[in-house]
Amino acid sequence: MKQVNIRSAKNLVMTFLMFSATVAVLIPLAIIFIHIAKMGFSSISLDFFTSIPKPTGETGGGMANGIVGSGVLIAMASAIGLPIGIFGAIYLVEYGGGKLSSIIRFAADVLNGIPSIITGMVAYTLIVVPMKGFSALAGAVALALIMIPIVLRTAEEQLKMVPNSLREASLALGVPLWRTTFRVTLRSALKGVATGVLLAIARIAGETAPLLFTALGNMFWSKKLTEPIAAMPLQIFNFAISPYEDWHRLAWAGALVLVMFMFTISLATRYFSRQRN
Amino acid sequence: MEKESSTGRKAVSAEQSVSQTRSMKKILSGDSIFKGITICFALSILFILLLMVYEMGRESFPSIRQFGLKFITSSTWDAVAEDFGALPFIYGSVISSLLALLLATPLSVGTAIFVTEISQKRIGGIISALVELLAAIPSVIYGLWGVLVMAPWLQRSVQPFLIDHFGYLPFFQGAPYGVSMMAAVIILMIMIVPIITSISKEVLMAIPQSQREAAVALGATRWEMIRMAVLPYGRSGILGAVILGLGRAIGETMAVTMVIGNTPQISLSLLSPAYTMPSVIANEFAETTTRMHSAALMEIGLILLAVTLLVNVLARLLVWSVTRGTAGGGRIQ
Repeated sequence: MKQVNIRSAKNLVMTFLMFSATVAVLIPLAIIFIHIAKMGFSSISLDFFTSIPKPTGETGGGMANGIVGSGVLIAMASAIGLPIGIFGAIYLVEYGGGKLSSIIRFAADVLNGIPSIITGMVAYTLIVVPMKGFSALAGAVALALIMIPIVLRTAEEQLKMVPNSLREASLALGVPLWRTTFRVTLRSALKGVATGVLLAIARIAGETAPLLFTALGNMFWSKKLTEPIAAMPLQIFNFAISPYEDWHRLAWAGALVLVMFMFTISLATRYFSRQRN
Repeated sequence: MEKESSTGRKAVSAEQSVSQTRSMKKILSGDSIFKGITICFALSILFILLLMVYEMGRESFPSIRQFGLKFITSSTWDAVAEDFGALPFIYGSVISSLLALLLATPLSVGTAIFVTEISQKRIGGIISALVELLAAIPSVIYGLWGVLVMAPWLQRSVQPFLIDHFGYLPFFQGAPYGVSMMAAVIILMIMIVPIITSISKEVLMAIPQSQREAAVALGATRWEMIRMAVLPYGRSGILGAVILGLGRAIGETMAVTMVIGNTPQISLSLLSPAYTMPSVIANEFAETTTRMHSAALMEIGLILLAVTLLVNVLARLLVWSVTRGTAGGGRIQ
């Protein structure tokens, strides 16, 4: 009887410890979100979306150039990264199965684990050095390198889930495999693939380290893709480590916008995957 | 007769031309072109990885040749005299990552166990979603919070308290700066909890239900079931999750750069500022003036790359050894 009591007491204690660990994990989340919401909502204004940063000492200003810059960088990175990721996934699912596909899968996983700052260094040596200058293009290449493995692996997962009978039905009607892939396989996996793309975009939208010495940042509007370009994460970084209260407020507002963007994407992916099931 | 033979010849040549166009069609058919395109894109991923390793190696070669092994044992970092040693950065990276791992592991594994073994399914789902949210916050926002909220709080209340009560220990000596090794460890801990938790959860969910049922049928309490049936089965997978967390912590750049104080020194005290490998790259790489300076930073990047490659390969093998055979097994984000 006593034995049982000790054992159940131990059970209770351990259960309580697991519960405390969970609470301890969730507390920082709550604190960070409360701060972002509190500081962000009190700092944000219409100005934030329409004007560029003011010089130090002047109040106001916004991150309009950073928002547009991030948009440009994401669009360019997607233009480079999505075809590679999606076509790579098509190869793995439709033609793969051999040793080569496991090597490619492994390479993608390893690529995914490489610190993003190294991606930035590689983009620097490949683009910035030969073109003799920091540019939006170099930033986009760095972001694309981060995007590719994420898109590849999620798209592969989604294409694999398309039932083979669908493909066979199309092939039996004499449709060549490539048209089958576009018209049947990709189309029925579209929502899943889109989810993967959105996740990849959410990931690169917040990346700062690979942009430090590729896109570099810009206090003004940039007119060419071969010029340094502003990006929201870079602005948040530079303003956060500056000593100026006004810039801190801009950084908080930027953080709020970025987190809201992530939140929207996360909700969208949830909506997509629920619809599919 | 002549006519006949000519038609015969014609028939032969027609047959030939048909078979020729057929084989031409086969070569130029949509399918083979398509296959060619997809294989090119797939191979380009492998090419990118090799290119990255090659570029890093090539660019850091001047520094490797110049400093040799001294690069990782010397703690001089002098851009003017072009004398570079990376020891303070290696020290900073190793200590901050290991301490963060030490704190994050029990919390993450505890949370994973709570979610999979103890809580109701719905509550577990909500907790998992919240933890995933934690993973989605960009590094720079952790840094923003760390430098503007957490570091001042550490400087005001936590660090003076530690100095007053534990100041005799070498770990808590010096002035309270706020930005310090301690701040970096806390930020890193918060940042790697989600990855360790979600992979541990995946590992635990892959453990066959029969294991649990067998333990419970023998009269085990829930904790005994977890300790005897669940944890031993998932041990290597959880170890893999922890190592992946280590990989994330070592490569983490922005948040650490913003709170660690960026001072290249080796100090036992958690209160003093330090420096890490990614931070020095982030701070100095855009402003290098000499070839040797950029080569030295490249070599730090190469070391970082080698360590993360090693860690990732090891971790993936470990996780895969547990989750293989289950749906979506071994897939790690």
